[in-house]
Parts: sequence; structure tokens; C-alpha cells
Amino acid sequence: MFDANPAASPSARVRKVEPSSFGFQPSSVPPPAGGGGDLLEISLGPHHPSTHGVFRMNVVLDGETVVRLKPVFGYLHRNHEKLGEGTSYLGSMPYTDRLDYLNSMTNNWAYAIAVEKLAGLTVPERAEYVRVILAELTRLLNHTCLAGFLMQDCGCSGTPLMYAFRERERILDLFESLSGSRMMCNYQRFGGCRVDPTPAWLAAVAQLVDRYGPFLDEFEELLTGNEIIMARTQGVGRLPAALAVNAGVTGPMLRASGVGHDLRKVDGYGVYPRLNFRVPVGDHGDVYDRYMVRVLEMRESISLLRQALAALPGGPVLDPKAKQRGLRPKAGEAYGRIEGPKGEIGFYLVSDGTANPYRYRVRPPSFVNLTVLEDLCLGHTVADAVIILGSIDIVLGEVDR
Amino acid sequence: MIGKGLLQGLAVTARNLVGSYHDPDRYTTIEYPEVKPALPEAYRNFPFLVAEKAEDPLGTLRCVACQICEKECPPQCIYIVMDRDEKGKARMKPKVFDIDTSVCMSCQICVEVCPFDAIKMDQVFEIATDERFNALLLHRDQLAKTNTYFHQIHPTEAAEVDARLAAEKKAAEEKAKAAAAAKAASAKPAPAAPANPTPPPAPAP
Repeated sequence: MFDANPAASPSARVRKVEPSSFGFQPSSVPPPAGGGGDLLEISLGPHHPSTHGVFRMNVVLDGETVVRLKPVFGYLHRNHEKLGEGTSYLGSMPYTDRLDYLNSMTNNWAYAIAVEKLAGLTVPERAEYVRVILAELTRLLNHTCLAGFLMQDCGCSGTPLMYAFRERERILDLFESLSGSRMMCNYQRFGGCRVDPTPAWLAAVAQLVDRYGPFLDEFEELLTGNEIIMARTQGVGRLPAALAVNAGVTGPMLRASGVGHDLRKVDGYGVYPRLNFRVPVGDHGDVYDRYMVRVLEMRESISLLRQALAALPGGPVLDPKAKQRGLRPKAGEAYGRIEGPKGEIGFYLVSDGTANPYRYRVRPPSFVNLTVLEDLCLGHTVADAVIILGSIDIVLGEVDR
Repeated sequence: MIGKGLLQGLAVTARNLVGSYHDPDRYTTIEYPEVKPALPEAYRNFPFLVAEKAEDPLGTLRCVACQICEKECPPQCIYIVMDRDEKGKARMKPKVFDIDTSVCMSCQICVEVCPFDAIKMDQVFEIATDERFNALLLHRDQLAKTNTYFHQIHPTEAAEVDARLAAEKKAAEEKAKAAAAAKAASAKPAPAAPANPTPPPAPAP
């Protein structure tokens, strides 16, 4: 029988470099060492709800057990990084919305930080708080959606997803009334934010924050103690901490494996050092822990939102001296990163003194997190592979760019 | 007790089901084509050109065809040609102003970079069409909408813009008057000072 111990496999297995990563080659799979039954190679996706977009998994099955898995992606490739070299610094901002289209506010922020570092801009105090508020709202939105989608993958069709989307819609309404668009916010600017939030908007945020705790209680009542969900997710897709660190996994997925690494604490960007919050860490690194870590993070986000709303100072929201159009930073390079809801989202920019970046590179969290997919899925069933993929929390707009 | 979590979950769904009949918080569906959602004031989708007068929208466009938005538009969906007289002198009006809304990504950067407050974001979103090629390519006669309409969809922003434009116009008039007076005082055979209607200075972005 094929040895499919995920803990032993990453170092023991020798990865064969295949000539074409797009080719579907049924004959390329050697029979497993030590005999075993007939293998079946099937293609999961690309057009299937379980793949969260256009993503394909070529899986080799022994019975129902995954013995090999090859992710195939690039179906949504839009030349994002090359486009960034051809557009101005300001012109790339709306494109960053379209990376991870659930979390446009944090993408904007990471890009703004990179450009601010490059051009040496400062951000007014009020804008820093507004950015924290928006980033934590985004985290709520992303994790709520993820929990809903994960349950959809587990087979509870509809109900948890619709409850999650109901709450997500309230956050999107806030984004829309502030920035003009539900998902493609294009809100952050170099040296601050585009629009100053009105008192009415801040009151609406406070109201949403107050009702989010009760919603989470209800959501957890529905899901966390559910025996079917526990049976489906506990012990499935274990990610050892060492592998997570070596593969560069970040975000809730890394923390679920027991590594307390959070850029909000590590880098202390923005005004996070002034706010009190804890970083939830999992014990087992399985799908259930990834779900729980996200739920606990949402609770911390609620507390962060309360603190940020209480401490929000007055003043301008955009540095009036900061140049948006025709920005020409001095030649140099900068890497700006923040803790996005999915992990470390970073932008690496090289400037040669002209109006366009010389190099524009995105460090996408879901792409890097996806690299451990095979290691997580080996030895599990096809149905579990779907849940494991769901728990990684990918958005194909960011994976393929 | 095994099954307790399941029963708890069922109680939650039952609460939502019953609640959806009397609690507006739990019943959030809008019967869309019959009932339209109220759009927030900041809502944007595609750009339009602001014209001063409803009788002659193309003649009173604020746009001076400076092509800044054309250069800054990230997906490059704007196409502008300057209107010129027979001698080739620019009339500071667009002869062609096209926006391909099938390419436009509603990012609002054209609005932000426009120094003349000539292009603003519209709120019309029901523009689906069965024509494949040119129906979504809007020309300047389709894009031109009055300032009154702008006031209707974005009242706060429109009031700010009007106040700013009025202040700039006043400042420009005073400056021109002062310049004319200075010129008249310095040069005796004062020819009538050409009161150039200089375009207002670019507002701070």
C-alpha cells in the first residue's frame, strides 16, 4: 500500500519535474511502490463550485484515497504584474482591488504602504485609524465568507453560506456608502484615504460591530459544536508547523498550525501597536483548527474595531502634500506588507525615477498557501480534498493574478 | 451527548426561518425589478460629462479636451479628440469624447484627476444590451448630462463642486480686473486689455 503519511511525505518524497505543468498525462504516473490496486487519475475542476473559481486539481486515486495531487492554475491570469509596469502608480491602485476581490481594502492598503515607503510619504493619524477600521471590517467579511464556503464544501448546502452572506452584505453596504463600490473600493491613496468617513458612517460601523458579536454567537451555535462538522474536519488536512514555516505559509493557516506569527504584532504597522488584541493560535493544524482560528480572529477584530472607533482622532484623512497623479518616486525599491485576512499580502516595487514602476511584484498569500495543498491532501479521500482546499481559503484572482 | 450540536443548529435555523417572517433583520431579500434598492450617495459606476445647460449640452460641456483623464485611465477606455477651427487652433472642446463602458472598470480615477470637474460618476446601472459591439461605446452626446442631474445623484459633491467653481471664477475675474487696471495704469495708450477667460487653476487633488 502507498505510504501516505502526510507528516513523512514532504521530505521523503522526491518531486519529479514535469515538462508541461498544463499537460494532462495519465501515463506519467508510475504505479505506487509496493504494488497496490489500480490507480485512477481524474481531473477535479476547473469549473466546479468546490474549486472556488477556475482551478483544477489533477488527482491520482487509489480507490477513494488521494495518492498524488497536482494543482493546475492560471486560468484567471490577467497579466497583473506586467500591467503594473505599464500604468502609473495611481493607475495600479484599482487593479489591486481585483487581486483578492473579497479584500480590496487590505490590498489597497498594502499597495499604499509600498508606495508610501518608496516615496517617503507620511500618513495622517486619522487615516491610520480609518485604515485599521476598514482592514478589520475586511477581516470580518473574509472570515465570515470563508466559514460559509467551508461549510458549503462540507455539504451543508446553502444555510451557513447564506447566513454568512447576509452579514457580509451589511459590511459591503458600508463599503459602498463610503467608497462608492461594494467590492472594488479603490479607497486608499498614497498618504491617506480618498474620502473622509462621515459621523453617520462611523455610527453605522459602530452599530454593525455591536450586532456582529451576537451574529457570531449564533453562527457558532449553528456550526462549531455540530457533530457532523467535527467528524468531517477534525484530523483532516493536518499541516505540521515545520512544513508551514518552510513553505512560507502565512495568515490564519499558519497560526492554526501553532505558529503565532502575525504581522500586526511582528511589524507593528499602522496604529496596531496602540491597540490591544490577541493572536489566536491552533493546536492541531487541521481543517477544524483553521475554522476555529478564523472565528477567534473575528472576535478579536470586533474588539479592535471598538478600540479604533473609540480612539479615532480628528484631522485630515489625506496628506495634502502627497502627490497622487504624476507621482515619480526617486529611484529605489520598497516592499510593503500587511497582515491581510488570508496572510501576508505584500507589494514589491522598484522605481527608476519615472512615472511607472520599473518592477511591480505581488506577494499573494493565497498562492503561497496553496503550495502545500498536495501535502495536506495525501492519504485523504476526494471529499476531504475539497474541504482541505476550502480551508486554505484561496481566491483565484490572487492566485493567478 | 451526541447529537446535541445538531439539535442546537436546527434550533438556529428554525429561529431564522420564523424570524424571516417578522424580523426585517433576518429577511433581507429585495424583490429587485419591482422594488429598487436605495443607492448610497457615493455609489458610482460609469462616468458622464457635466454640461451646464440642458438646451445645449454639447456646447456647454465643462470638458476642455485636455486629455488628462485619457492618459490616466488605467484600462484606457477613454478616447478624446480636440475640436479645432479651420486654422488648426484648439477650441478647447472635445470633438470626439468616447468612453467604452465595456472596458471601463468604474475606478473613478478620471474624476479624481480632472482639474475642471468636467467628468463625474453616474449611477445608472441597468445598461445591459443585446447588441454585441457598439451599444456600450458611449459618445459625447450620450455622455453629456446636466449639472442639475449631477445635483440629483450626488448632492453633497455637486454642492462642493459648485462652490469651488464659483470661488475660482470670482478669483479669476478679480485677478483679470486687477491685471487690466495695472496695465491701464502703466501703459498710456491702453488698448483694451484682452480679458482672457483663462481656465481656472487646477484644484488641489
